[in-house]
Amino acid sequence: MTDVQMVVIHRSRRNIELLLLLFALGIGFSAYLITGLNLYGELPTNWLAAAGVWVILGAACHAFTRWRIPYADPVLLPCVFLLNGIGLALIFRLDQTSTPPANDVVTQLGWTGLGVIGFIAFLIIFRDHRPLQRYTYTLALLGVVLLLMPLLPGIGREINGSRIWIGIGPFSFQPAEIAKLVLTTAFASYLVERREVLALAGRRVLGIDLPRARDLGPILIVWAGCLLVLLAQRDLGTSMLFFGMFVMMLYVATERPGWPLLGLGMAVLGGLVMFVLIKVFKVGFFDHVLVRLSSWLDPFSDYDKNYQVIQGQFGMAWGGLLGRGLGEGRPGLTPLAKSDFIATVVGEELGVAGLMAVILLYGIIIARGLRTALIGKEAFGKLLAAGLSFTFALQVFAIIGGVTRLLPLTGLTTPFMSQGGSSLVSNWVLVALLMVVSHQFRKPVTTAVGVDPDSESTQLIPAVESRSGLFGRSSRRDAHRESAHRDGAEVGAR
Amino acid sequence: MNRPIRRVAVVVMVMFALLLGNLTFSSVIRENALDKNTANRRVRDAEFGQDRGAILAGNAPIADTAPSDGRYKFQRLYTSGELYAPITGFYSYDHGSTGLEATFNGQLAGTDDSLVVRRLIDIVTDKPPTGAMVETTVDARAQQAAYQGLNGRKGAVVAIDAKTGAVLALVSTPSYDPNRIASHDIEAARKAYTELANSPQRRMSNRAAREVYPPGSTFKLVTAAAALENGIPPDQKWDSPDRLKLPGTETYLPNESSCGGTKIDLEQALKVSCNTAFANVGINLGADRMREQAEKFGFASRPLPDLNGVASRFPDDPNDAQLGLSAIGQYDVAASPLQMAMVSAAIANDGVLMQPYLVGAVRGQDLKPISTTRPKELGQAVSPENARILQGWMQTVVKNGTGVNAQISGMEVGGKTGTANTTPDKPPYAWFTSYGRSQNRTVAVSVFIEEAPTARNDISGGRLAAPISRSVMEVLL
Repeated sequence: MTDVQMVVIHRSRRNIELLLLLFALGIGFSAYLITGLNLYGELPTNWLAAAGVWVILGAACHAFTRWRIPYADPVLLPCVFLLNGIGLALIFRLDQTSTPPANDVVTQLGWTGLGVIGFIAFLIIFRDHRPLQRYTYTLALLGVVLLLMPLLPGIGREINGSRIWIGIGPFSFQPAEIAKLVLTTAFASYLVERREVLALAGRRVLGIDLPRARDLGPILIVWAGCLLVLLAQRDLGTSMLFFGMFVMMLYVATERPGWPLLGLGMAVLGGLVMFVLIKVFKVGFFDHVLVRLSSWLDPFSDYDKNYQVIQGQFGMAWGGLLGRGLGEGRPGLTPLAKSDFIATVVGEELGVAGLMAVILLYGIIIARGLRTALIGKEAFGKLLAAGLSFTFALQVFAIIGGVTRLLPLTGLTTPFMSQGGSSLVSNWVLVALLMVVSHQFRKPVTTAVGVDPDSESTQLIPAVESRSGLFGRSSRRDAHRESAHRDGAEVGAR
Repeated sequence: MNRPIRRVAVVVMVMFALLLGNLTFSSVIRENALDKNTANRRVRDAEFGQDRGAILAGNAPIADTAPSDGRYKFQRLYTSGELYAPITGFYSYDHGSTGLEATFNGQLAGTDDSLVVRRLIDIVTDKPPTGAMVETTVDARAQQAAYQGLNGRKGAVVAIDAKTGAVLALVSTPSYDPNRIASHDIEAARKAYTELANSPQRRMSNRAAREVYPPGSTFKLVTAAAALENGIPPDQKWDSPDRLKLPGTETYLPNESSCGGTKIDLEQALKVSCNTAFANVGINLGADRMREQAEKFGFASRPLPDLNGVASRFPDDPNDAQLGLSAIGQYDVAASPLQMAMVSAAIANDGVLMQPYLVGAVRGQDLKPISTTRPKELGQAVSPENARILQGWMQTVVKNGTGVNAQISGMEVGGKTGTANTTPDKPPYAWFTSYGRSQNRTVAVSVFIEEAPTARNDISGGRLAAPISRSVMEVLL
């Protein structure tokens, strides 16, 4: 392998994507029709119009993908449409549980449209992800502002004990969803710049190189920020999500296992700090966190307090292996079934089998994202793709694990399925970003260097000059060249 | 950078494996308990809204479902609710279920394992699940006669077929209307339940099978049987003073009426219900022999599991004074009306005690039997010879003893009256247990009246309870 230079030229695979997309659109739409048939014995009144809108959304995404990023990963878009379609069908189904039926599905379809517009707009503005690297501190500031926005008096709103919402007029947003995207980008660009420094080892403890004390600044700031979010917004999920994301990206950037171990230690320390605050100083507003912990460990100890978790459990049990069928269960008994607990509705009406399929769909999206990170040869894109995928994975793990009693419940949304515009739009943009990165990594380059994406040893970039020639535009800073050197050095070490 | 990315991928894989593993765990381990949780409205509502099978007495439904436009598609209806409430029990949304509705819930709801094939067919043919019919052995006319005989007084009547053990009538009054608790108006049902559960007359108590009372002189049948079974000759004479000083105490046990002599045989003692003679018999036999005989008649075991019948009891370790009282059905002896019917039934059936049962068959909607109950012997309570002697004595009681009110012309009827004293401020219990025989049937009937508004003498059993027994028997024979 080492003496043969293989050239991998990715095919664009747009036709495969189209085929998968049609399949995905069909399943989502069938779910909608079946719900109507099961509930009322007839097709939903607007089914033709809905079909039109649905096909137009799919076609628009596909067309712009073909035009702007023809080499993007072909599996991501169909997976997203499939999840979004099932989500819409379930919200339509849950609309029917109230009398008179609600009409939230139209709003949700509107948000889906906005998400698709966001997706397309992103493709038009950023065909390439690298310009984003220029705005490290702007994005970081924006992310922090977004994250702290719910604390502002006036627009901040507390829903179900967590202050993670802002409200403007009749609309409410979870700005953390957008912050997730913005901060991942900011972290990626910051870490690409600083990875050499942060990778310098300090003391060696039990065979693990710990970082130097003087480099602890950034992780401490993020840790403190997350703890602040936890304290002020009372949401364990958001706090864990951002801390986990930062620690993981630090690890990927520096390749030092010391960082995630340190991060884990700090998370435990944070937990202890919280515990002390609750138990010793009797900080009252933590009740919310305690309630969630007790409803995780022993929900049946207090039926009224843990009503939601228990109903979710009853719903999943009622669904059994194959589910009651769309429209045949009683998901209306579970409070907040449209948002937090939509996964249990999947369990109730589509069964454990259906819920597993949904989890695997998320798994495919994450796998494709990590794969993109693996095949790339440019540090910022790799870090970005890995960071976005891992954050997505953490979120899915936290919310689905939360409603199925694997973990304590958090206030995170179920991507592409939960009711709520901010989550939907920002996840659409997240997918756009992932697809742009994958397009950049998969498109054929003029001075192709033989690479086998599956081989560890092919991470090498043989000629630093040719590579900087390829990517080093006038705006590129030294950091990138340094990283290219580093990759070369890494190979040399093997 | 790829090595850490691959490691992160492994972490993600572990997270997803945990999610899927947890779902598998939920589905395999947690699901059953969740479905059985009483707070689970999904399961409860589904059961509540389905076409539940009927409970029949003869060919007539005593509990049935009718289509409903209300909250649920079907409403449970009890025809003659008060008459049959001790048998059917109720089937309610918030208060669970009792009686046959509870013990045969699986069959009635169609979820029992015995219905699994039918259920599979229903799923394939997309028919809504229907429950099976539960056919009781109750004779509607006998049930009605017993209910009218009690006429709203606190009491119970049990009639059983002595040869099979089939329960022909089981009445407990005052009763309640299960329709009120089964109502789809949850609030009204809750109120009705609270009212009935706290009613001073204890309307929801099943006095026939689920309560025990001192059986009084009817227990002398058991004492007489114990004497015969232990080889004491039937014509042996026993001391029958007007009052007997109980051994080791300063208390005297009186007779309610004259025993007709100071030394009488058991037939005479039974005929006039002589307390002192039977107390002497009991003391002479000893507690163990008495208990053994009582248990042969079914004491200390729970009869009629269909209604969760309670066990009747004979005291564990009485001294001689207590034993003397126990021998005449006082002190700590307690029996259900069902148990006393079983005593008569065993004697009438030549000593063979049959297992009482209330459900003769469970049938599918097509009337094909899913299961039928076969009569089952519980054992030989007394030898056939002794049984015949006891039958003769019981006939004497009815012919010219305390039970003359139970006579039916041209029929063989035997019985024993009883009056049990409770506390001095409460009226006594009146009892009558009997059997009657026609050419094709032998039935045993026991009647119990909780508050006999009369003087404390042995006549009240014969005067109040025996006529009810006769009217039930006239219907059955």
